[in-house]
Amino acid sequence: MRHTVFLRFFLPTALAMLTFIALPIVSVLVQSVYAPHERVVVEVENCTPFGCVKSTVIDQEATRKLQEERPLGRFVGGDIYVDRSHLAFAELGQAWNGAATWHEFVRRLMTLPFYKALAFTLTYMLFVTPLSIMLGFFVALAVNALPRLLRGPTIFFSLLPMIVTPLVGALILFWMVDSRGIIGSAVQWLAGDDDLSLKASTPLTWIMLIVYGTWSTAPFAFVVYYAGLQTVPQDTLESAMLDGASRWHRIRYIVLPHLLPLTTFMFLIKIMDNFRVFEPIVSFNASAHAQSLSYFIYSDLAETRLLSSAAATSVLTVGGVLVLLSPVLVRTWRQFGKA
Amino acid sequence: MTGRARRRPATLNLLIGICLVTWLLLAIFPFVWTLWGSFKVEGDFFSKAGWQNALSGPLTLLEHGDTFTGAGYHGAWVKEEFWRAVLNSLAVVVCVVVVSLTFGTLGGYALSRSTYRYAFWLLIVALVFRAMPPITLVSGYLLPFYQLNLWGHLPTAIIVLVAINQPFTLWMLTAFFKNIPKDLDESARVDGCTQFQAFRHVIIPVMWPGVITTGLFSFLLAYNDFVVTAMLLSKQNQTMIPKIASFLGTTQTEGNVMFSVASVVSVTAPLFLLVMFFQRQIVSGLTAGAVKG
Repeated sequence: MRHTVFLRFFLPTALAMLTFIALPIVSVLVQSVYAPHERVVVEVENCTPFGCVKSTVIDQEATRKLQEERPLGRFVGGDIYVDRSHLAFAELGQAWNGAATWHEFVRRLMTLPFYKALAFTLTYMLFVTPLSIMLGFFVALAVNALPRLLRGPTIFFSLLPMIVTPLVGALILFWMVDSRGIIGSAVQWLAGDDDLSLKASTPLTWIMLIVYGTWSTAPFAFVVYYAGLQTVPQDTLESAMLDGASRWHRIRYIVLPHLLPLTTFMFLIKIMDNFRVFEPIVSFNASAHAQSLSYFIYSDLAETRLLSSAAATSVLTVGGVLVLLSPVLVRTWRQFGKA
Repeated sequence: MTGRARRRPATLNLLIGICLVTWLLLAIFPFVWTLWGSFKVEGDFFSKAGWQNALSGPLTLLEHGDTFTGAGYHGAWVKEEFWRAVLNSLAVVVCVVVVSLTFGTLGGYALSRSTYRYAFWLLIVALVFRAMPPITLVSGYLLPFYQLNLWGHLPTAIIVLVAINQPFTLWMLTAFFKNIPKDLDESARVDGCTQFQAFRHVIIPVMWPGVITTGLFSFLLAYNDFVVTAMLLSKQNQTMIPKIASFLGTTQTEGNVMFSVASVVSVTAPLFLLVMFFQRQIVSGLTAGAVKG
C-alpha cells in the first residue's frame, strides 16, 4: 500500500488518537509544572476619625486579570513533583533519618498520600493478577471436564462478573458486604462479633477490594485458558498416557507448558489493567482506607479541583505504566531487530 | 480422546463438581440476590433483623401491601429522572460504536495491508496508548476543554471515548483483516479498482463478523465507562453510570439507596441480554489476541 493511500485510510484514527491521547499527555506534562496563581494582595489604608488602619485585601480584579492572561498559572518547575502530596523527598528523607526501624519508616511513609496510593495500587496489582489467573485456570480445567451440553450455560454465567460494569459490579458486592447485607452478616456470625464492619478497617477493606478484583477478572483468564485448552495437542496427550503419565503429570508437563505463552500474555494485560484500578474504590466508598493512583488523580480533579496536582500525579502514573510496559517494548524491539 | 481417558475417578469428578458449583454460585448469586432485593424496601434489603428478611420481605409487605414493590424503580426512573440518563447513554453508546468502528476499520485495514515498518510501530504506539489509564488523560482534557468551552457536551465525551477506544479497536481489526486473504483485494486492484474501491466492494462485504465482535467491545467500553463521562459531562447530560454514582452521594442519606439498587439492576439487564445473544462473539474476541500470541 502506497504511503499516501495509507495516510488517507489511517488519517481519521490518527487524528483522533493524536488529539485526544497524545496531546492530553503533553497537556498533562505542561500543567504539572504550573501552579495556580497566588492571589494579588494589595494593602489598603482605611482612615476613620479615630486613626488609620492598614489591612490587606485580595484584589479580585487583578487576580482575575492575571488568571485570564495566563490561565495555566505560574511556572514552578518540578516543585509540584517534590511537594508533600507527591514524591515528598523532604519528608521521605526525614522519615529515613528519623525512623529507627523499618516498621517505623513504613508507618511514616504511609502518611504520605502518594506513597499510600502507590502501595495500594501495587498490592492490588500483585495480588489480583496471579489470583485471578489461577482461579481462571482451575475453572477452565473444570469446565473442560464437563459434558459439552453443559459447557455453554456455564460459560455464559461465568462471563457475567467480567462483562458487568465495574462500578455496578463493585456496588453489588458492596451492598452484600454491608454490615446489614448477607455476606456482612455472615462474616459477623462467623467471627462471633456483631459489631464487625468490613468497611471500618483498612486491612479488611483492602481484602474486600482484592476479592472484588479477583472475582471480576477471573472470567477473562477462564475464557482465554478455556480456548487454550481446546488447542492442546491430543496426540501428545495420548502418547503420554500410553507412557503411563498420570493425570497430574499430563497437566504439569503437557498442558501447562502449552499454555505458558497465554499466561505471559494475560499477565501483561492484567497488570496494565489492574494498575489503573479505580471504580471499585468509588463503589466501596473506600477512599478513607484505600486510594489507588487513579483515585488519587480523580479526587484531585473532582473534589478539590487541584489541576496541577492531578497533572503531576498523572505524569508519575504514566511513568509507572511505561515501566510496567518496558519488558514488552524491549521484547518487541529485539524481535523486530531479528526480523 | 479415547474412552479410557474420559473415565475419571469418582473423587475427581466430585471435586470438579464442587469447584464448579462454588464458582457458579460466586458468579451468579450476587446478581440474583440484587435482582430479588431490588423489589424490596431498604429495611428488608439491608435488614438489621436477619438476612432472611431480604427473601421474605416483611417490611415491604407492611409498607406496600405486597412482598414485592416497584417503588425503587419508580423512584429512580420517574422521580430521579433516570430515563434521561438512559437516553444520554443510548446516544453516547450508539455514536461511539459507529464512529470508532468507522475509524477503526479504515485504520485497521490500512495497517493490515501496509508492508512498511511504520505500520508495526504504529501498532506499538497504539499498545502504549492502550495502557494509559483514562483518568490521566482526563486530567489533561479538563483545562483545555474549559477554555474552549467544550466541557459538558455529549459530542465531546463521544469523541474522547472514540479516541480512547481506538488503540484496542485497531489491534483487533488489524488482526482480523490480516485473516482476510490479500488476494481478494489485490485481484480487485488488478481489475482496475482503486484501493478504496477494493475496500468498498470486496472487503466490506466480508468483514462483518470481525466488525461485530469489535463493535461489542466498543459497546462495552462506552456503556461501562465511568471516568470520562463522570468528569466531562454536565449534570444535564449525565449518562447512566455517573448517574448511579451520584445517587450514592445524595440518596444514601435520604434512605433512598433502593433507587440505586433499582438502577443498578436496570443497567445490568441489557448486559445480560448482550452476553446471552453474543456469547460466541465475546468469547472469540477475548481469545483472538491471546491464542494467536
